[in-house]
Amino acid sequence: MSLVELKGVSRWYGNVVAVNDVTMTLGPGVTGLLGPNGAGKTTVLHMMAGFLAPSRGTVTVDGQSTWRNPSVYKGLGLVSEREAVHGFLSGWDFVLASARLHRLPDPAAAARKAIDLVEMADAQHRRLATYSKGMRQRTRVAAALVHDPAVLLLDEPFNGMDPRQRLHMMDLLHAMGEQGRTVLFSSHILEEVEQVSGTVQVIVAGRLAASGDYRTIRRLMTHRPHVFSIRSNDDRRLAVALVGEPSVSGVDLSTVDGLTVRASDYGTFTRVLPKIARAEKIRVERLLPADESLESVFSYLVAS
Amino acid sequence: MNLTIARITARGLFGRRRFLLLLPLPVLLVGLALLSSWLGARPDEWTPPVVIGLGFGVVLPVMALIVGTGVLGSEIDDGTVVHILAKPLPRREIVFAKLAVAVLVTALTVGVPLFLAGLVTGLPRFAVGLVAGALVGAVAYTALFLALSLVTRRPVLVGLVYVLVWEDLLSNLLSGTRVLSIQQYVIAVADKVAPTDLLQGNVSLGVSLVMASIITVAGTVLAIDRLRSFSVAGETS
Repeated sequence: MSLVELKGVSRWYGNVVAVNDVTMTLGPGVTGLLGPNGAGKTTVLHMMAGFLAPSRGTVTVDGQSTWRNPSVYKGLGLVSEREAVHGFLSGWDFVLASARLHRLPDPAAAARKAIDLVEMADAQHRRLATYSKGMRQRTRVAAALVHDPAVLLLDEPFNGMDPRQRLHMMDLLHAMGEQGRTVLFSSHILEEVEQVSGTVQVIVAGRLAASGDYRTIRRLMTHRPHVFSIRSNDDRRLAVALVGEPSVSGVDLSTVDGLTVRASDYGTFTRVLPKIARAEKIRVERLLPADESLESVFSYLVAS
Repeated sequence: MNLTIARITARGLFGRRRFLLLLPLPVLLVGLALLSSWLGARPDEWTPPVVIGLGFGVVLPVMALIVGTGVLGSEIDDGTVVHILAKPLPRREIVFAKLAVAVLVTALTVGVPLFLAGLVTGLPRFAVGLVAGALVGAVAYTALFLALSLVTRRPVLVGLVYVLVWEDLLSNLLSGTRVLSIQQYVIAVADKVAPTDLLQGNVSLGVSLVMASIITVAGTVLAIDRLRSFSVAGETS
């Protein structure tokens, strides 16, 4: 069982704070590191993998600092987001080199096993330069898994994969989590995290915004207030009717933008709106969710 | 030495186009030596511009610059270095393997044409002296340039400034700068191995060997230390 621990970790570049006072502990199982673009996920991952020194705080794997400590890689595998590979090597050469550099007793057997695990045996003798993005990604996962690490860190591992490869990678991560490995993968896509991991760490603007069971966080996300922009043939009368609706927490009326409605419950409001409109004989011409961007979901989590 | 890293480094080096662009330089060196001899010039007439000016002044440092900054610098540029660094290897093992490949490739690509150019003079001993000088130069230059690739983002530019401004320009104008010029150590070694009137060493052999060793060790130690603290910028997407 391996533990990855971050204690009061901050990282800044000059005046820019990329990661701000993050404390988290990752144990066996799959954990999703979720956050919008630019939130600091990669910075956190790089610090965990020993490729970046924390400006403050400590990052350890099983009590060992990861910075300036190559021996930590004996039990740690990393799949970075940057997909650069030695294009002149074949997939087999690449994974075999990884096994040799780990000084495994039987590098060839370990490489074969890792390649089979990611289902790349058919194309293993082709040069990496000829691989598709998804194939390169799987080969990099094989190279990171070749020494059977207790901790596996993956930065946006589903990028560039087709749906079938995605499912396969999800199964692979699941299986590794069930085997008792500590697996952390970053993603900015909610659904990916939902399908793979039960535990999530949500990071927004360099801060840890939420941490724990995915379902709890998902509930927080679904029950947050939603903002809708509505246009109808009689905005004022619709506003009056909506104010009486319990799922509506606020209404703004503008002659230019029409109605802006804040609903406390997404599901109830979207069900009740057509009924109100029909009862009042109002024609709704446009209904737009105004804040459905992932960033707004994350910002809400930070505030709550 | 880590053979896996050495093998990957060598394959990476020979697979890059910019390396092929450098092959004309050694060919030019041998070609000019043959042409001078064929046109009837005496060795003492063509050796200074061709062997010293072009061979030791341009071909050796430029080859060492491209190879020395390429063995690790190109992997840093394209991000593939992460695959090698995410292994439980002492960083010195990585630097030694890279340096060994760089020295070997530079020594071969510069030593062979210098040897051939030396043979054209009709003095085999002189050819051997040139190879000895090239070997010392290959070691010191590549150690320096390998370290540069970990210290600055523009190692080729900084290396060129050192070669062209410090060694080729200032060393000719200010005699004091010669003590810090690898080119002068190379000439001193070649001159000592094959004493002729064709080469004029300005720095003593002792100083040359000591200084070349200091540059090699300092460059290697610096490279190992910088590689230990190698950071990947947080390129959040």
